[in-house]
Amino acid sequence: MGGKAWKYGDDVNTDVIFPGKYTYSVFDPKEMAQHALEDLDPDFTRRVKPGDFIVAGKNFGCGSSREQAATCLKFAGIQAVIAKSFARIFFRNAINQGLPVIQCPEAVDNIKNGEEIDVLFSAGKIETKRGIFDFAPLPESILNILEAGGLIPYIKKRIKKSE
Amino acid sequence: MGETFSEKILGAKAGKRVKAGEIVFVSPDYILSHDNSAAIIKEFRKLGLKKVKNSQKIVIVLDHVVPASTEKYALNHKIIRQFVEEQRIPYFFDVQNGICHQVFSENGFAMPGKLILGADSHTTTYGAFGAFSAGIGRSEAASIWATDEIWLRVPETIRIEIEGILPPMVYAKDVILKIIGQEGADRANYKSVEFVGQTIRDFTMASRIVLANMAAEMGTKNSILFPDERTLAWLEKTAKDKFEVVTSDSDADYETILKVDVSDLEPQLACPHTVDNVKNVSELEGLPFHQAVIGTCTNGRIEDLNAVAQILKGRKVHPGLRVLIIPASRKEYLQALQEGILEILVESGCLILNPGCGPCLGAHQGILAPGEIALSTANRNFRGRMGSRDSKIYLASPATVAASALEGKITDPRRFI
Repeated sequence: MGGKAWKYGDDVNTDVIFPGKYTYSVFDPKEMAQHALEDLDPDFTRRVKPGDFIVAGKNFGCGSSREQAATCLKFAGIQAVIAKSFARIFFRNAINQGLPVIQCPEAVDNIKNGEEIDVLFSAGKIETKRGIFDFAPLPESILNILEAGGLIPYIKKRIKKSE
Repeated sequence: MGETFSEKILGAKAGKRVKAGEIVFVSPDYILSHDNSAAIIKEFRKLGLKKVKNSQKIVIVLDHVVPASTEKYALNHKIIRQFVEEQRIPYFFDVQNGICHQVFSENGFAMPGKLILGADSHTTTYGAFGAFSAGIGRSEAASIWATDEIWLRVPETIRIEIEGILPPMVYAKDVILKIIGQEGADRANYKSVEFVGQTIRDFTMASRIVLANMAAEMGTKNSILFPDERTLAWLEKTAKDKFEVVTSDSDADYETILKVDVSDLEPQLACPHTVDNVKNVSELEGLPFHQAVIGTCTNGRIEDLNAVAQILKGRKVHPGLRVLIIPASRKEYLQALQEGILEILVESGCLILNPGCGPCLGAHQGILAPGEIALSTANRNFRGRMGSRDSKIYLASPATVAASALEGKITDPRRFI
């Protein structure tokens, strides 16, 4: 199912994705979603729809290790983040929260803000108005975490199995 | 072909020879968390386990909002204290101790050759002591508490050779700002950064910590400065455990080798709203600001407070400014008190806050109003970080912030030589 592209630039940091002042006072993921991208794009939470995509430049999610940066986007309804590159801790946090992250610089260059796009995850393809772009699917061990809905549900399943 | 530091440590932990790019499953020596421990506890509870796998590896330091400024923060701290007692976690440092990275180092957990993971992006700090240390998220911290294991990718290594004697009033902070400005905020993403050279051998431990800490702002997974006599002298008094010094082989495979000469370096300034937007202080002299912040895990140690006192001694800070001083830990606070440094700072008009993260992450103790500008010794200047999204943060060395605090506008500290 497709969704709208919310396009942003390079170095979108975790402070503008989820401000530090909420990090130890907001615990409900739905409430976290109400602050998503608050200091970058105050319109975002009012207009985002389930299934939309974030499309961004290089080093998306740089800065703090706060996992809420991934959680708030997921609960705002974001289907996946497509970027030219990701900051390391955000990349791990997104997988661990069950939020797909796709590295595909060519697609980012060709997607316009607001256009409808679609991602075929298993085939590794992004469909845009200006063509179809391929991305390397994530390794199986990481896909398993995504499919379980994140690291905690994944570990929980593993613990149950070993009991 | 020889091995890099990171290949050696992660290989030893994985029990095999590894190369950069491989994924390894490893068990860390220590796992650090702070006020976010409450969120980690919530994730841990979801796993349905009664006990953490190894309580001796868990280090918790309350530092981000200390003492609690709201009921929510207070409840957060209470949940953490109860968990510490329930799980018999021996290494717990409550609100009076200081910033986690300083407290962790002072108490000898940061040792050469150890694998340290922390639910904080500036966990890179312990590279200053020869450890492999990297930041992780809170789900990962919870899963390590539960399973004592995590997957890591063995990083490629960038070697930065720093040579030259720093000119007066130019410090480690200026060196790392210069490097980040040149290389960019994502240059070392997923990579290990190795700092070597004569300049670093001459650095105190406090100055080495500045490099290891701030390399996080160029994306580094872990920083490393190899131990020498100075490191061993620090560890002689503090080390929690036996340790082994690990270094890179001379024929190790590097992604890049960068050479930096600091002989002519000027004081540096990171301008809003990214840490790699770096200029010479001399280019921005005269810019007025509203709040000075001296402290944080980057620059809140005795050497920093002393540099500030040298400049402020016998002078008054600009009356239109709020000048906040936040010693990095209780230990640094006490030393500054005993050496008369705090007296100089208070007399000059500074406000001394309790050890902790202070206003750095915008949660309390000096929030910026719309339109305000802060000049800070911290490590991040992202939009809205210290308060309003319409405020601005500039980052500099303690000397630059002190000189500027006297004038009420950005000032080159070399004017006070």
